[in-house]
Amino acid sequence: MSRSRRCNRVAHFSLSLRTVKEEEVPQDDANMLQGKFRKLYYATDGSAHYKGVGSVGWEPENVVLEQAWEDIRERVAEAKEKVLAGEASPVLYHMERTLMTPDILAGHIGWPAFVVRLHLRPFFFGRLGRKTLEKYAYAFQISLEELTDITKIK
Amino acid sequence: MQIDFPHRQSAHCENGVVSNLMRFHGYHYSEPMVFGIGSGIFFSYIPFIRMGGIPVTSYRTLPGAIFKRFAKRIGMKVESKSYSSEQKAMADLDVMLEKGVPVGMLTSVYYLTYLPDAYRFHFNAHNIVVYGKEGNNYLVSDPVMETTTTISAEDLIRARFAKGVAEPKGRMYYPTQFPTEIDQKDAIWRGIKRAGFDMTEIPIFILGTKGMKYLASRLQKWPERLGDRKAIQYLGNVVRMQEEIGTGGAGFRFLYAAFLDEASSIVGNKELYDLSKELTASGDRLRDFAYYAGRVCKSRKTDVLSFAELADILRECAEREDKIFRRLHQLAKDNI
Repeated sequence: MSRSRRCNRVAHFSLSLRTVKEEEVPQDDANMLQGKFRKLYYATDGSAHYKGVGSVGWEPENVVLEQAWEDIRERVAEAKEKVLAGEASPVLYHMERTLMTPDILAGHIGWPAFVVRLHLRPFFFGRLGRKTLEKYAYAFQISLEELTDITKIK
Repeated sequence: MQIDFPHRQSAHCENGVVSNLMRFHGYHYSEPMVFGIGSGIFFSYIPFIRMGGIPVTSYRTLPGAIFKRFAKRIGMKVESKSYSSEQKAMADLDVMLEKGVPVGMLTSVYYLTYLPDAYRFHFNAHNIVVYGKEGNNYLVSDPVMETTTTISAEDLIRARFAKGVAEPKGRMYYPTQFPTEIDQKDAIWRGIKRAGFDMTEIPIFILGTKGMKYLASRLQKWPERLGDRKAIQYLGNVVRMQEEIGTGGAGFRFLYAAFLDEASSIVGNKELYDLSKELTASGDRLRDFAYYAGRVCKSRKTDVLSFAELADILRECAEREDKIFRRLHQLAKDNI
């Protein structure tokens, strides 16, 4: 298909999507903001000048945000299975749960990221001293028992 | 000590903090004004830097740049400190609050417990103002919120000393010295000039409007290069960067249009208002892009509206913005 024809098809779709006007600022609530506040959009008022307008959300944004969280939930579930099967250490599960990466954890425990990657394996995790475990527990905002006892992962 | 802090909600955190701090000190700059004078608008698509395995897309300049440029153009001095010790950082904060000075600081969104859960990612460059202390809680003016709020000392420490990319390291800042006379017009024109340069003149193909065209050409190939799942993940990320809290809609384009609107009456230039209208139209097109991209993401199939069509919308926006910012750059050069 030529480019101009593709453009036409798109143009045909884009009816009633104008969002510049004050009263047309989208209000698609998907409880993303949990009612804590409305976010500010800029839109034009009757005199065609700009002003701030509150919004509870816009559907496309809700969709992509929800999608990002779905990916995260999938990763957490995967990590949980691995830990319970003994293929990975609890660090993996808590890392995914708190949306961290080995690089972020490396900052918390004061070791390079490749060391953190080693700690994701049960063998190396089992050899960790209390001090390092405490640092991990602090980073994950849990107690030492919650970190080391994998039956607590539910 | 209790400070009466003039909190006002804003779309973007950095502008909001600057705007609110200025208002506290008796200078009235709206959020769009701060954004425009600080030349906040930009575009970059950086395929070789990834966050969570996804290439970085950004509709704005680097964090911190807006404040820096704004301060320079207004002629005010800012004291900015970072810390290696958590105790020292919190003690210094308490001293400043005792003196009655509200303090801006960098935090990680993840640890700001008062924000909605869905938005709490590890993003280390969120700006807030702390303006008081009540027992173990700090009084916070977070510009994205409608009202002021509080946070416990423990959470604030975690937020100020988050780890990972671009660690905040407890950075805090406050204006120390204000100019006696401010040349508003000059500041505005210089802000516009820099924005025009950034968007059109930087000879690197991933920055400015060139970057938008580059993203379009890459985006077109995502489904065959990466497969459906990844392609949709990538696309979702572009939309998130464009529409999430803090952008004011259409990846800061409406915010900048609001600035041009306000600036045109201050400098008395009608053409700025016309360009604001044009930028609004181009921003509307970006929202179309987000709308269709959202539909693609929702259906989880890459053929609903093909990526080639999405790329075409993006190219159209790039074309329009290129024209607008070239004209702005020229106007600014003529007026400085």
